[in-house]
Amino acid sequence: MSEEKQKQNAAAAPTAAPVINRRKQQERRQFLRSLMLAAGVVGISAMGYIPVARSWNPRLRPPGALVEDEFLASCIKCGQCVQVCPVEAITLADIMDGFGVGVPYVDARDQACDFSCDGLQCILACPTGALSHSLNYPHEVRMGFARLDRPDLCLAMHGKGFKGQIRGPEFDGLFRYTEIDRWKPQRVHEQTFDLELCDLCVRHCPIEIRITQCEAGKPPSGDVNQCPPRHAIELQAEDRGDGVMRMRPVVLDGCVGCGACEMVCPTEPAAIVIDIESTVERV
Amino acid sequence: MNFFKESLLQLLGRAPTRPKPDDFSPEVKKIHFYKKGEKVTLDEIRAEHAAHKSHKWRNRRWTTLLLVNLLFVVSYYFDIQLLEGALTASRFMGFHMADLNSALQVMLAFKHVVLNLLIGTTTVFILWLLLGGRTFCSWVCPYHLLAEWAEKIHLWLVEHKLVKNHEFHRGVRTAFYVIFALLALGTGYTVYETISPTGILSRAIIYGATLALGWVVFLLLFEIFVSQRAWCRYVCPIGMTYGVVGLFSPLRVVYNVESCKHEGECRKVCLVPHVLDPVIKGRAIDINVPIGADCTRCGLCIDICPTGSLRYEIKGLNKVL
Repeated sequence: MSEEKQKQNAAAAPTAAPVINRRKQQERRQFLRSLMLAAGVVGISAMGYIPVARSWNPRLRPPGALVEDEFLASCIKCGQCVQVCPVEAITLADIMDGFGVGVPYVDARDQACDFSCDGLQCILACPTGALSHSLNYPHEVRMGFARLDRPDLCLAMHGKGFKGQIRGPEFDGLFRYTEIDRWKPQRVHEQTFDLELCDLCVRHCPIEIRITQCEAGKPPSGDVNQCPPRHAIELQAEDRGDGVMRMRPVVLDGCVGCGACEMVCPTEPAAIVIDIESTVERV
Repeated sequence: MNFFKESLLQLLGRAPTRPKPDDFSPEVKKIHFYKKGEKVTLDEIRAEHAAHKSHKWRNRRWTTLLLVNLLFVVSYYFDIQLLEGALTASRFMGFHMADLNSALQVMLAFKHVVLNLLIGTTTVFILWLLLGGRTFCSWVCPYHLLAEWAEKIHLWLVEHKLVKNHEFHRGVRTAFYVIFALLALGTGYTVYETISPTGILSRAIIYGATLALGWVVFLLLFEIFVSQRAWCRYVCPIGMTYGVVGLFSPLRVVYNVESCKHEGECRKVCLVPHVLDPVIKGRAIDINVPIGADCTRCGLCIDICPTGSLRYEIKGLNKVL
């Protein structure tokens, strides 16, 4: 090495930049990045709590569903209940339901549960017990409770009849009309009615239908255990002294909250709806 | 070090350890010694790779993945009751099946286990124990397939210097596993299922498109523009669960050092390249080295290797096969 270079080196040494440990720096960056990733992913998943805590979308759950919190905890989100329902009443919730994403519900106005399966197939299909296996018959179910929400709209309350197709030709809801086919659900719009006084909700109530069958000595599948012990809905005369024959639909303690009455109610919006928070035990 | 211990620690996120001099078998020492003097030119390797273009295992795997997911769809639409449900839980010809991680989330959140879930979990545990654990990831999970395609775009962008790959610490996946288990236990909700792209995609395929797919698209974009295969590598607790199952699996990929050129093409195609550490020149401690549990048994490395140094093996059945 030349003398000059040695001098240069000696001069440069004290002012040289401190040694940067690139690997250490890299590792620190990676650690911070990983921390951010963790915070981000966990934060986003925790946001799923917001719709649940605020109950943005109160949902009517399928037959046998445990109470909401337990139901959300126990549902594995597989949709096996969706697959077995003969009337396709069960839908899976989307991401707007937060933790409830992929959890089944029934939109009664669109398609109610009509209990056209005698064996509560959704309950049998559930692999986790989110739909309680302790129920054996439709009349034991408590999904919700029907409520005459808009008596001012109710045709029977006005003493009016109903003529035509329920909810028009466009509506594709299904219902099992036993007199047409015991097992095959029919399109509601394929039936035309000509009623002097509208009693569609009582007519379509699965509990009332079974009671009628039982009283005729023909319990479903010949099983008397299928006979509901209590009525679910009836029309009671209401006299306002104006000479009009008025009838009020009254929900009774046998109501299971299946939503058939809400689906077939011809008024817009439906005069009778399912109260999701209520069951006969809580009313 | 013990194979299982090393395999588990790598799964949890630790970097592979370099073998110590005592770890090498005498036979492999000889091979390493002779390979030191061996010179292989780049052109030679390129020519060998050009002559060997195989997508055998990839095609088989994609076919299997698509068929399994289609079977769910077909079973539902034609009501043939072969494979009902979705990937989180299903029934195969009446037999209960439950994804191990989804089942764990439900058990922790619900704190109550019904028999059907236990049966489903056991069936799936045995199934993937036999089939390699993380085999689920590459042979069944629909997100894997999308991520594989996203990875191709990512690598193209990296090659053209349009994006940079950001690596994370692999240990973060273990942290996620613990966090999601604790969240399920503490909150009583299956929190992970809210963002699980596997569940979201499986349900979307079977029951129709949902808004939740937006989250899956976001993840894919993240993997394309920010970090290669980020979800599968650094986050997914499902892969972690199956990884642990695969620790004891007889089905695995085995590396044979003899004809290997150590050019490292296999490590370039691998989703979890740390498991292929033994293929680096001088690292193999034996002539045949089994690849660790984090391996998804996808077979991309087997397809790309022109010398046949990597192959599938069923432990204990080598003599029979």
